[in-house]
Amino acid sequence: MNFGRRFRSNRNGFVEIKIADEERRLIAELIEQLRELVLSTSTEGSVDPSIRRLYPTAYVEDVEQELKYQRLMRDQLLERRLAHLDVVESTLQDEELSPETLIAWITSINDLRLVLGTHLDVSEEEEPTFVSENDPEQQQRAIYHYLSHLLGELVDVANN
Amino acid sequence: MSHFFLSVTLSGSGAEVESSPVLTGEEIPDSVTDEDVPWVVLVWNDPINLMSYVVFVLQKLFGYSTEKATQLMLDVHEKGRAVVSNGTREKAELDVFRLHEYGLWATMQKDS
Repeated sequence: MNFGRRFRSNRNGFVEIKIADEERRLIAELIEQLRELVLSTSTEGSVDPSIRRLYPTAYVEDVEQELKYQRLMRDQLLERRLAHLDVVESTLQDEELSPETLIAWITSINDLRLVLGTHLDVSEEEEPTFVSENDPEQQQRAIYHYLSHLLGELVDVANN
Repeated sequence: MSHFFLSVTLSGSGAEVESSPVLTGEEIPDSVTDEDVPWVVLVWNDPINLMSYVVFVLQKLFGYSTEKATQLMLDVHEKGRAVVSNGTREKAELDVFRLHEYGLWATMQKDS
């Protein structure tokens, strides 16, 4: 896979994207799975620990305020997430992203990393490695590292 | 490709949700006096968020310079956490929410 300069700032903060069709297909599939996952756990109650990371604790010292925060903000967070996922999905075949669209890509890909990284229990020292082919997590780890690289590229171009 | 996520177990009562207010920062003054800023917003180190991503988010949300955002990110990375903003409870809560939108591990507490 070519990890050369695949994103380039264009006029007016637009970004040209040159990624392979199979990457676009992979991202589409991951986005769809993430949407399913966040929708399946939109109500209060115990949820998959992976997705817990998408709804962090706000008030560490006040249980009551925290419950209130989660009640009020959880749906809003979910709404924003879904809106961003929709934007990514509808622009996946585009060759140029607007600044707003770029933000949706960045946050959605980071959400994917949060869920996958939590599920895989990654550490800071995590490096891309290919372990035994029998490891059921191998594909997930490869995807996680692919997303990390992709996000790094997107953040770099957004900073320029 | 099969689903890579864990299967999800739904539970809980689905308790009724109060109407969600739409928060805006408009009613919050840019600068507040010391007695008005008893709350601090902290970002905590986590093994997932990329360092470049944290810098990007801090610049985007708070308008910090690259230098300031980078220093805060390094504090988070090396000391485990950093205060990224402060203000009234309402402002702190809005900042926490915005950080949560970007997936940063942010909390708030009274400044002590």
